[in-house]
Amino acid sequence: MTAVSLAVPTSTYYLVLAAVLFGIGAVGVLVRRNPLVLFMCVELMLNAVNLTFVAFADRLGDINGQTAVFFVLVVAAAEVVVGLGIVVSIIRRRPGATADDLNELKG
Amino acid sequence: MELIVFLVAAIMVIGGAVGVVAMRNPVHAALSLVLTLFGVAVHFVSMEAHFLAAVQVIVYAGAIVVLFLFVLMLLGVDKAENLRVEPLPVQRPLAAIMGIALVGLVVAAVVDTRETTPAGLGSGIDVATAGVVDGEGGHDANIRQLADSLFSDYVFAFELTSVLLIVAVAGTVLMTRKLREPADDESGE
Repeated sequence: MTAVSLAVPTSTYYLVLAAVLFGIGAVGVLVRRNPLVLFMCVELMLNAVNLTFVAFADRLGDINGQTAVFFVLVVAAAEVVVGLGIVVSIIRRRPGATADDLNELKG
Repeated sequence: MELIVFLVAAIMVIGGAVGVVAMRNPVHAALSLVLTLFGVAVHFVSMEAHFLAAVQVIVYAGAIVVLFLFVLMLLGVDKAENLRVEPLPVQRPLAAIMGIALVGLVVAAVVDTRETTPAGLGSGIDVATAGVVDGEGGHDANIRQLADSLFSDYVFAFELTSVLLIVAVAGTVLMTRKLREPADDESGE
């Protein structure tokens, strides 16, 4: 690559960064056991997807990619509210529960 | 200059993400998440998505991470987790292999289609300029264009999100409500 093509980051740079971010989030979901940290890793993956949406909106010149990010933000907020509600009610019943202890829905 | 901004923000994003996965204390993981979210907001600004950058800081870093920290403090689960103990020994190597394979596949696809995807298919994204020309440009160009899209093409989906938020809030209140014990009812009578 020449120095000129390196001067301005293209949307490919952002897409590669989003892929790496998604990969780190996915590994985190697989490796960690604290339910709250699992949620944070899901947020990482959602952010990677948001970054992809905005990068493609930028590349294709289409504002609807940014509109999609808006909806992802709303759904992520609702997901966190419901998910943390579930975590609160589980840990209130069984303190110190990790994802391994929650292999059955029966309380 | 733009490359420097990209690199600094990318280091913020990746460093924060690694911190979320690797920190033993969940509070430190939440603070690393803030670093990642700010880095993504910087990327949004450099891709002319100014409104989304503001919303990213307010909603994600402001509301969602605070909610995480609130639950952490409320439940008292902010004790450091011992990451040395691994109940399933094969899980971490498999997770690492899967993560590397996933990133490799996506990066290969992105690099492969880098030339074939045509740029500028859509009607174009208004960039912030000094003055408004034919209803385009101006310092609030991004917000106006996003609002045009949101309140015309996607107005029904926008209304549905309000229903979603109401249902989520009502469901969470119902779910985390402390049920009164039957013994208390009888003793109260």
